[in-house]
Parts: sequence; C-alpha cells; structure tokens
Amino acid sequence: MSIASTNRMTPYLFLAPAGLVLAFALFYPICYMIYASFLDWNPSQRIGEADFVGLRNYFKLFGDPAFRESLGVTLKFAAVVVTVEMFLGVGLALLLDRNIRGMSVLRTLFILPMMIAPIVVGLMWRYMYHPTVGIFNKTLKSWGFDGVPWLSDGDWAFASVVIADVWQWTPFIFILSLAALQSLPQSAIEASKIDGATGWQQIIYIKLPLMLPVLIVTLLLRLIDSFKVLEVILVMTNGGPGLSTEILSLRINRTASEFRELGEAAAMSNLLLIVLLILTFTMFIYNKAQDARAARLRRVEEEA
Amino acid sequence: MPEIRLQNLRKDYGAVNVIENLNLEMADGEFTVLVGPSGCGKSTTLRMIAGLESVTGGEIMIGDRDVSQLEPKERDLAMVFQDYALYPHMNVAKNMSFALRLARMNKSDIETRVKEVAATLDLTAYLDRKPAELSGGQRQRVAMGRALVRDAGTFLFDEPLSNLDAKLRGQMRAELALMSQRIKKNMIYVTHDQVEAMTLGDKIVVMKFGEIMQAGTPEELYRSPANKFVAGFIGSPTMNFLNAELSDEDGVIMARGDGFAIPLPDSRKGALQAHKGRNIHLGIRPSGFAEGPGGLKMPVILSEYIGAQSVLISKLGEQQIAIEVNSVAPIRVGEEREFTVQGDEVHLFDPQTEAAL
Repeated sequence: MSIASTNRMTPYLFLAPAGLVLAFALFYPICYMIYASFLDWNPSQRIGEADFVGLRNYFKLFGDPAFRESLGVTLKFAAVVVTVEMFLGVGLALLLDRNIRGMSVLRTLFILPMMIAPIVVGLMWRYMYHPTVGIFNKTLKSWGFDGVPWLSDGDWAFASVVIADVWQWTPFIFILSLAALQSLPQSAIEASKIDGATGWQQIIYIKLPLMLPVLIVTLLLRLIDSFKVLEVILVMTNGGPGLSTEILSLRINRTASEFRELGEAAAMSNLLLIVLLILTFTMFIYNKAQDARAARLRRVEEEA
Repeated sequence: MPEIRLQNLRKDYGAVNVIENLNLEMADGEFTVLVGPSGCGKSTTLRMIAGLESVTGGEIMIGDRDVSQLEPKERDLAMVFQDYALYPHMNVAKNMSFALRLARMNKSDIETRVKEVAATLDLTAYLDRKPAELSGGQRQRVAMGRALVRDAGTFLFDEPLSNLDAKLRGQMRAELALMSQRIKKNMIYVTHDQVEAMTLGDKIVVMKFGEIMQAGTPEELYRSPANKFVAGFIGSPTMNFLNAELSDEDGVIMARGDGFAIPLPDSRKGALQAHKGRNIHLGIRPSGFAEGPGGLKMPVILSEYIGAQSVLISKLGEQQIAIEVNSVAPIRVGEEREFTVQGDEVHLFDPQTEAAL
C-alpha cells in the first residue's frame, strides 16, 4: 500500500471503533425494530418463529381508535407543555437577566428540577397530588376548599402531568434563553435605550428578535423530548384515568408488555421515530440555513 | 439647545472611585472633546451623561434640568457608539428610523427624514441592507445616520472612529467636522486620539485618573498647557522634557541643564523670580527648535522622514531630543547640527506639582 492511500485511510481507521459501537448499539436495534414491525410477534416466540404479515400492523394502527387517541394526547401534551414552558422559561430569563445580589444562587435553584431523575419527579408529584395526604389537597382543605381530583379525573390528570413536566423542563428553556440573552450585543441594547425604547420595547424589538435563532433550536429540542416523555407519566397516572394521559411511549410500553403485541409496538415506535426524524431534520435544515446565511454575510463583508 | 453643566459629578464602582468631583461647563452648540489615556474616566463621564451609567453623586444639568436620575430616553440625546451598536436584525432604513418609529412619528415623515439623512451620508443605495452586509465605513455612517435622523438636543460620540483604518478615519473625521459646522448642536466626543481632539473640538477637556487636567480651546492647550501632563499629551511628536536649574545671570534668567543654557524672555522674569536657584522641568516642542548658528550643537542619531517635515532624534547631554525640521536638505545620521531655541517656545513646570510656571 502506498503512503498516500495509507494516509487517506488513517482517519477512517481511527473512526472505526466508534463506528462499530454505533452500528451495534444504534443501527442494529433500529433495523431489528423495523423488521419486527412487519411481524405478528408474541413475546413467547423467538423472532424466527413469528409470522411475516407485511404492513398489517401499520394498517391496524390507523384503524385503532385507542392509538389515535393516544397520538392525539401526545400531540396535545407536546403542544401545551412546550408552549407553556417557552413562555415561562423565556419570561423568567428576561426577568432574571440582571445583576442583583443573590441572582447566581437563584439561577442555580431554578435549574435544580432538571437535575432530578424523572422517576423521582414522578413519585414526588404523585405524593403531592395524593387526594388525602398530598400537600395540595391538604392545603386546599385547610383553607376550607374542596379537594381537587388531581389524578383521578381525566382533565385534571392531564393538567397535573402538564404541570409536573412544566416544573421539570422550564429550567431547560430558562438556562438556554438566559445564555442567549447574556450573549446579546450589549451596545445594541444600550443604543435602543438611547433611541427611547421602554423595557418592553427593548424586549419585543431588540432582545427577542436577536434571541430567535436560539429560541427556535430550543423549541425543537423540547418538542422532540416531549414526544418521548415516559417515566413521569408512567409513575403518576400510568396513562389513566381511561386514556386521558396515555401518551404514545406509554401506549407502546403497554402494547408490548400488557397486550403482548411486539409487532404492533414496533410499528408504533417506528411512527414515533418518523415524527421525531421530521422534527430533527427541521432543526438540522434550520441550522444549515443559518450557517449558510452567516457564511454568505461573511463573504459579503470580506469583499467590501 | 441648552448648555450642559456637570456639577461635582462622582462615580464609584463598589469601593473603587473612578471619578471624583468633576465640574465642567459646555456652552450651547459647542463641540466638546473629552480626551485622555485609557482608564481616565472619559467614557464613564460620557456614559453618565447618556444615562447608561448611574451617577454616584453630583448633578448633570442640561439647561436648567437636572437629568442625572432620568432615563436615557428622557434626556433628549443621540449617541454614536464605538462598535456602532447597529441592530443586526434590521436593515439600514429600519436602523435609522427606530427612534422615530418608537416616537410614533407619522410614516411618510419618517420616510422623508430617513431618505434625507441617507442622502447626505451616501447611504441611499444601502437602505435595504442589513448591517452585516456593509463595510466598516458604511456601518459607521449608518450609526451617524441613526443619530442624525433624530432632532436631539445633544449628540454623544464614544470613540466613533477608533474601529476604522487610518485612511477612512481621516475621511470620517473631515465629514464629522463638516457635519458639526452644519448642525450647530451640543456635541460631546470621547477619544484617546489627540489629533482627533485637536481637529474636531471647539473645546478640549484633557482627563487623567478621573480628573480634569485642563479644559480649553485647542490653541490654549497647545500654546499654554496648564501642566506637564497636558503638555506631553497634546501635540505630535510629543514635547521634550529636560531637567534644568534657573539662575539669574546679569539680569537674564537662564535655564541651565546638562549641556545647554537657554535664556528666558524678560516677560517671564516676574513669575520666575521665586524659582531662582531651584530645579525645574523644561518642556520644548519638537517644532520649537530652529536650525541656525550660535545654538546648541547636537548630533543626529536618527532621522524620520515624514514628507515635508522630518523628525530628528538627537541627544542633548544624556537625554534624547526630538526635533522637527523642514525636509529641505538631506540629513545624514551622525552629523552634528546647531539648533536655537526661542525663549517663548520654552515651557516650564514645577517638578513637584507638575503645574506650569
């Protein structure tokens, strides 16, 4: 082998171990899942014994009202939590982007929920929502109000899981927004003050537009994550009452473990994967477009 | 347009005092330049006037209004920043019209005003461009335009030319000077460049460590600097400083030092009587030397040809001296030349207080 071709090979050689791990840990399970979605497969069978049924699992899904409801719950959940979290997170960041005493402690406190394991978050909230001994109902009762059926009424249960998710994930948007805010050109903000902008006008006309690229990426990241949420809801409501909080990942879990339909569960997983892939690609394309724009502007600048 | 007065202005950052008891008056329509080395408090002073920096003590009076506790927008001023501070997401027209739009000026008026100003600044072709698509000089002009579209009473400039290359800087300096003649408004300009200060200012305020060293017209600062710092800061090449002793020789006051004796004019006799026999610092500008017989003999160590003028580096005793001469005859390094100094080109400073004598 010539030196030139050895040199060309070198980078691939170094990348090979990582590539192997990736192939084994990522591509193999995905291919396995795609293959499984074409099978009528029961957990008691080995995969080779399962019958090949083509696209039947997929057709069955679209005809299944429970799946459609679950998909609806997932979309509703994602839309609600991401909207609420964006408003709260960005709002908090705008509020706390100032240098007053104790602000660094406050900032650290705000991001604590994000560091707690989801199972623990689920358990914590379940106890707080407990109809008799939970802190919410106890407090309400001590004030003379009736208790709220936090987890036993469909609408309340949905609101309850939304609140728990918002509690845990608003900090994520908060820290990214705060970082974006603090990297904004200070002089542009000062210029807007001189130009006569009030605090609100600075936010609307200067800060938010300049933060927008970060906000869009943050939103997409949160959206992807909210489609995959499982543990908190599993612990809090296990999808109930009825199907009111049964998001897709929970439905997949139940289809596989409770209904013992591995093929159908795989088909559902694939659909979820496609949705997430679309979101991921949107983010990817958005980033590419941003980079291309930056590169174009740099070129213009160099020519000038 | 009102006059501006700073009264007992003070600024602390925590326990650190950067400006103490600053007093300054700027007449109506005057172009005032704050100049000094970095860290002298000139930018802080400007930012306090703008309202971007809080005031620890004292008052900022614009006319008969104390604005020191008001928001920037209530002070009726426009400002040009060192890094231009354009809004990156708005095009040139939007950048320039931002203040007018906030003031809810009517749309067609805004458009006329922006077009007018853009035309005077040669920006008409770029109104649709974003700042990132402009060159440094164009951005600079947009920043100027943004200040100009507003009919503000006071214009503040925070080192607006320091990010430009030398050629563009000269060009923009001239444009600024023309602009300030055209619109007679209060202008306060911060720079560390004494050439900019001299060419632009009606009044120059030299600052050091948060204190005003001297305030006056460019001629005053150049002709009669109040202290050694101002003498050394204003003028290029910088003034030569020598140690000397004053003595009375047959009724003439002489400044004697290492290898020289310069007679001082009779007009200063009265003021210098008290310092006879004492050490003083003597300052002579490079342009204060004239070539001619009967003067000080000095060897040429280095000759810097600038064009019409050359700066010679020479030696008087053990001290290096810069001398500015017309570049007529070729100058050879190593040759000895004779220079006379007129007594009224000599500045004298107290070695302790550094104040001019």
